[in-house]
Amino acid sequence: MGILSFFNKEKKDKLDKGLEKTKTNLFSKISKALVGKSTVDDAFLDELEEILVSSDVGINTTLKIIERIQKRVSTDKYMNTSELNSFLKEEIAKLLEENNNDKLSTFENLQGKKPYVIMVVGVNGVGKTTTIGKLANQFKKAGKNVVLGAADTFRAAAVMQLKIWGERNGVKVVEHGMNTDPASVAFDAVKIAVEDQADVLIIDTAGRLHNKIGLMNELTKIKKVMSKIIPDAPHEILLVLDASTGQNAFEQAKQFTSATEVNALALTKLDGTAKGGVVIGIADQFKVPVKYIGVGEGIEDLQIFDRHEFVDSLFN
Amino acid sequence: MFDSLSSKLEKAFKTLKGQGKITEINVAETMKEIRKALVDADVNFKIAKQFTDIVKEKALGQNVLTSVSPGQLMVKIVSDELTSLFGGKTADINITGSPAIILMAGLQGSGKTTHSAKLASYIKKKGKTVMMAACDVYRPAAIEQLKVLGQQIEVPVFFEEGNTNPVKIAENALKAARAENISVLIVDTAGRLSIDEMMMREIGDIKSALKPQEILFVVDAMTGQDAVNTAKAFNDVLDFSGVILTKLDGDTRGGAALSIKSIVNKPIKFVGTGEKMEALDVFHPDRMAQRILGMGDIVSLVERAQQVFDEEEAAIIQKKLLKDQFTFEDFLTQIQQIKKMGNLKDLVGMIPGVGKALKDIDISDDAFKGTESIIHSMTPLERKTPDIINGSRRKRIAMGSGTDIQQVNQLLKQFEEMRKMMRTMNKFQGAGRAMPKLPFMK
Ligand SMILES: Nc1nc2c(ncn2[C@@H]2O[C@H](COP(=O)(O)OP(=O)(O)OP(=O)(O)O)[C@@H](O)[C@H]2O)c(=O)[nH]1
Ligand SMILES: Nc1nc2c(ncn2[C@@H]2O[C@H](COP(=O)(O)OP(=O)(O)OP(=O)(O)O)[C@@H](O)[C@H]2O)c(=O)[nH]1
Ligand SMILES: [Mg+2]
Ligand SMILES: [Mg+2]
Repeated sequence: MGILSFFNKEKKDKLDKGLEKTKTNLFSKISKALVGKSTVDDAFLDELEEILVSSDVGINTTLKIIERIQKRVSTDKYMNTSELNSFLKEEIAKLLEENNNDKLSTFENLQGKKPYVIMVVGVNGVGKTTTIGKLANQFKKAGKNVVLGAADTFRAAAVMQLKIWGERNGVKVVEHGMNTDPASVAFDAVKIAVEDQADVLIIDTAGRLHNKIGLMNELTKIKKVMSKIIPDAPHEILLVLDASTGQNAFEQAKQFTSATEVNALALTKLDGTAKGGVVIGIADQFKVPVKYIGVGEGIEDLQIFDRHEFVDSLFN
Repeated sequence: MFDSLSSKLEKAFKTLKGQGKITEINVAETMKEIRKALVDADVNFKIAKQFTDIVKEKALGQNVLTSVSPGQLMVKIVSDELTSLFGGKTADINITGSPAIILMAGLQGSGKTTHSAKLASYIKKKGKTVMMAACDVYRPAAIEQLKVLGQQIEVPVFFEEGNTNPVKIAENALKAARAENISVLIVDTAGRLSIDEMMMREIGDIKSALKPQEILFVVDAMTGQDAVNTAKAFNDVLDFSGVILTKLDGDTRGGAALSIKSIVNKPIKFVGTGEKMEALDVFHPDRMAQRILGMGDIVSLVERAQQVFDEEEAAIIQKKLLKDQFTFEDFLTQIQQIKKMGNLKDLVGMIPGVGKALKDIDISDDAFKGTESIIHSMTPLERKTPDIINGSRRKRIAMGSGTDIQQVNQLLKQFEEMRKMMRTMNKFQGAGRAMPKLPFMK
């Protein structure tokens, strides 16, 4: 599958539109900063710092990028605007590529797991349930038989919310109602997915802040109970991050990873004015790849994250 | 929650310590550190710059006039400046009108629905009649969510299943509220992006139709640099009257609060500190500034305790303690009241100096579970007169509660110690407004 061929025209437009803000905010500022400059001076670096930091890239990653530029400049004194531009792009792409992972599953290829079990985790309100609704749609389109598990039994009307997404997609939702034990919902969901010979099972969990130890332990328990039926389940632990989140996203990535061995990230709400900068920083500091991005509230508004396309969208 | 920022500021101040006076040169490095710390805490880049410029100005100006150490001086300047940026005093909510209307607005998932209900509960406690209106017709199960919360707090919810026009629903809700003589109407709306023109027009229309007394911008405390853009865009359309800063129970440094305050200059009226209905605090600018500087938030803690603990009940317990009649029944009541205050770890975290120390210690939400089930397994007589709980009774209680003898023994021992301790404490404290003690938090 080619990098871009996956996206049909309509989807591509949507992604571009979703990223437009990011693009104008980051790229136009960079161009502006570069105008009339033929060499890198402190003023330029200051401006670059502001651009990156204002995009939530984070101080550390920003300093890293700047250091790389300074190093390059010290050996290569006469860099012109276009050289600088492509160098910068190259550096950011590199940060995203450093945890290049081509072995990820796709909607079509579930790496021989049946059912392929995905557990979705994250702090409150980031878009877990919505992402599950969108994922179910994509898997169904790829011809997969999907089951959902309603293990958020806490947040008011959470089960009903997932059931509505289930109806929209015409897929089965395993639920025990509200205020029930989430681990036993997850256990049941795996059992039923196996019985139904489903291809994919996606488990929704309640939003929880990563500093609440009791709730993080609960997550570990939900995860463990599934492996009683399928030893290597869940195969994918998807941490959902909100693109508008600032530096706390790093702590979220860290804590959820240590509680549940997160192995994929979804970045939602990229259709807003929040910059994608947080992806750059997180990709730089964690070995967990960004797998999906959310670009709206509709059922189609989910894409497989493509770093080349992402960087291109920033710079074209 | 601001632990990291305050510790970084402390570090920045340290750079100044041991130096005689503040000069251009030694202040520059400190300012850079402060700016970095602020940005790292999600304070908008530009605002952090402005802030440090002001602080620098003041630092250099005051140098000649004072003889305190530069470090102390900087702490004071930064603290004063933060406080004045957050606004001088507590801003209360305006609920005069018939009915008074509160409109909730904000991005997706920021906490509007949850805080509509928290606010309703808060206002209800003030003795007013409240109604909520479900005007989110987009998000799956949004109406149901508000209805469930309404039931929980016993506040009526106005909704029109099938009506897809939020403006109309809002108007009808107002009519209903008037007809039923409701004093406060809280209007929950769908989450929206500030660049979604259609949705922004819609909420503008709701505003025009209702002419609310309060328009509250509900924003996630974890928001990054974009907070300024979003706040400004919502303010441009709504000219909102205040801000609710949610999810402060997390470990975010919450710099967005500073950014929003300085960009739109609207007061932060409430902060959300949990998912439970009680987890709502009034925002105190001075305390928030102190908190940023690592001075904890003991006053909020005490206040929250006062809100939850029934004064009368506290007085009765106090009396019982004095007369040495405190029973397991009372103990259970106390546990239940503490649980109402919200997450235990958050509460402990508010005590100055304790927050950091407890960072890695496990205080789970169900810390009381074992204790509760042990007490539940006692007979009424045993609860009243714990002295009669002998060996065989202990065995039975352990069985019934799914715990073991050791745990039962430990609780009985703790209970005895607690009674002793409380007797002593009572000698020092007059009855009344003192915060009920938390004896099981060792
Ligand atoms: N604009 C936009 N909104 C989104 C996106 N993803 C989710 N949302 C919205 O964000 C809000 C919260 O989404 P949910 O899916 O309920 O989030 P959650 O993480 O399941 O929330 P909790 O279960 O309460 O923790 C809803 O209003 C969604 O419609 C996205 O990619 N873009
Ligand atoms: N920990 C914590 N969670 C909160 C707080 N306020 C809200 N939440 C949670 O955040 C999530 C989103 O809250 P909602 O009230 O549904 O947010 P909303 O703004 O109405 O969302 P949309 O209607 O989808 O835009 C839920 O899981 C809430 O339980 C808070 O102060 N602390
Ligand atoms: Mg959810
Ligand atoms: Mg809502």
